[in-house]
Amino acid sequence: MTLRLSELHPGQTGHVLRLDTEGSLRQRLLDLGLVPGTAIEQIMHSPIGDPICYRVRGAMIALRQQDARNIQITI
Amino acid sequence: MNESSNVADKLLNDVRLLRQKLGSDLHDRLAGALYHRAAQVSAVGVHVTGRPAVDWDLGADKILTSRWLGFPIMIFALMAILWLTIQGANVPSGLLADFFFWLEGHLETGMKAIGSPWWLTGFLVNGVYRGLAWVISVMLPPMAIFFPIFTFLEDIGYLPRVSFNLDRLFRWCGANGKQSLTMGMGFGCNAAGVTSCRIIDSPRERLIAILTNNFMLCNGRWPTIILLATVFVAASFNPAWSGIVATATVVAVTLIGVAVTFAMSKFLSSTVLKGEPSHFFLELPPYRKPNLLRIFHRSLIDRTIYVLGRACVTAAPAGAVIWLLGNINAGDQSLMAYAISWLNPIGQFLGMDGVILLAYIVAIPANEIIVPTMIMAYMAGTRMTELDDMGELATLFHNNGWTFTTAICMMLFSLLHYPCATTTWTIYRETGSVKWTIWSNLMPLILAVVVCASVAQLSRWLN
Repeated sequence: MTLRLSELHPGQTGHVLRLDTEGSLRQRLLDLGLVPGTAIEQIMHSPIGDPICYRVRGAMIALRQQDARNIQITI
Repeated sequence: MNESSNVADKLLNDVRLLRQKLGSDLHDRLAGALYHRAAQVSAVGVHVTGRPAVDWDLGADKILTSRWLGFPIMIFALMAILWLTIQGANVPSGLLADFFFWLEGHLETGMKAIGSPWWLTGFLVNGVYRGLAWVISVMLPPMAIFFPIFTFLEDIGYLPRVSFNLDRLFRWCGANGKQSLTMGMGFGCNAAGVTSCRIIDSPRERLIAILTNNFMLCNGRWPTIILLATVFVAASFNPAWSGIVATATVVAVTLIGVAVTFAMSKFLSSTVLKGEPSHFFLELPPYRKPNLLRIFHRSLIDRTIYVLGRACVTAAPAGAVIWLLGNINAGDQSLMAYAISWLNPIGQFLGMDGVILLAYIVAIPANEIIVPTMIMAYMAGTRMTELDDMGELATLFHNNGWTFTTAICMMLFSLLHYPCATTTWTIYRETGSVKWTIWSNLMPLILAVVVCASVAQLSRWLN
C-alpha cells in the first residue's frame, strides 16, 4: 500500500518509494540515505504535534509534516 | 591570462554537455549507488548481535519531548541555568572588582610618583582602566558559568531536542526551530548569539534570527534588571516575599523578551523578510557522555575569552569618554551635566530621565557600565562608581525623582533598546550588509521608544 510519510503511525515502518521534492531538501534527504527501498520508522511527535521524528539507517531525523507529505512510501 | 580563461570556459562547457548527457537525476543515482555499495560492505564487515534490551536514548527522548513534560523541563532548565549563573557569579564578581580597584589605587600612586599630570592619570587610570575593570568584573564570572553549562547541554545532545520541541512555534512566525538555540546563546551574549545563527541554512530565516537576538537579555544586562527588580519592585512587597518577587520580575522581563522575539519574527517574516518557510531538517544525534575537555575548550576559549576580548576593545574608549564628560568643564558645569540637562526632556517623555538616557548613550559599547555611569552622574562625581549597599542606592535613586514607573521603563528600555557595539559589529560581519546592520539598531530603538513612552503616558493617566 502506498502512503505519504506523514501518514505513518508511531512505531510503524515504511519503505521509501519516491521523493516528490526538489532542491536542497531533496539533496539532504538523499545524502542521508533516503534512497528508494530504505526503511523508515516513525518514532515520535514533538510536544505540539509537529515536527515528527523518524529513524533512518540508525539516525534520528526530524521533518515538518508539510515536508514529510512529499515523501511517498510503501508499507 | 587569456589562455587560462579559455581553458576554464572550455572546461565549463564540457561539464554542461556531460550534465545533459547524464540527465537530471545524477545526484539520485549517485546517492543510490553509494548507499547500495555501503550496504554491501557493511553486510560483509559488520555483525549486529541483537538490539540492547533497553533503548535508553529513546526512553530519554520520550520524556524530554513528551507532550506533558517537554515544555516544563525546558523552562525549568532555563531557570536553573539563569539562577546558577546569577548566584554563582556574585562572589567572583565582587572579588574581581575588589582586586581591580585595589590595583587602581596602586596605579594612581605609581603614575603620580613618575610625575604624570593629574589629567593623564585620570584619563588613563580612572577612565580607560576603570571602564575595562568594570566590564571584566561584571562580565567574566557570569560568562564563565553560563557558557560551560550551555556547552554541556549542547555536548550531551539536549539542545537539538529543544529545537524539535519548539519548531512549531517558530514555523508560525515564519522562522526556524533552530532559532531557539541562537536565542539560548543570546542569554549569554548577543554577539555569540548572532554568530551562532550560522546553523540556520535559509538566509531569510537566519536574518530573522540575527535581527531579533537583541531581545534576549544578555549577561551585560542581567545585573541591571536584577538590581532594579530588587531595589524597586521587590522592595514594595513584604520582605519575606522579596526574593521570590525579584526572581519572578526577572523571569517576567525575560519572558517579555521571548514574546517580543516571536512577535518581531512574525512581523519581519510577513513584511520586509517575506517568503515561504524553508524546510526544517534536523538531526537528533544520539546522547553521549560529556567530554569535559571539549566543553572547557569550546566554552571558555572559543566563547568566553573571545567575547570578553571584543568587549574590552569597545569598553576602553567608553571609559575614556565617560571620564572626559565628567572632567571637562564648560563654564561652571561639566560636559556631563550639560548633556544630562539637554537629554532630560526626552528622558522624561520616555518615563526615565536625562541621566539614564546619557548612561545608555555612552554605554553603547557595553551595557555593563550603565549603572556605574548613572551613579557617577547622580553623585556629580568624576569617575564611575558602584554602591554596595542596596538601601543607599535606593535612597540615591529616590532623591533623584525615581518612581516605580522609572524602574519599569528602564527595565523595558534595557530589554529592548539596541544591541551593544560588539553585537552590532558582529551583525555587520555576519550579514555583510550596512542596511541590515542599521535596521538591527533602528527596529529595537523604535520599539523601545514606543513601549516606554506608552508606559510613561499610561502611568501619568493613572496617577
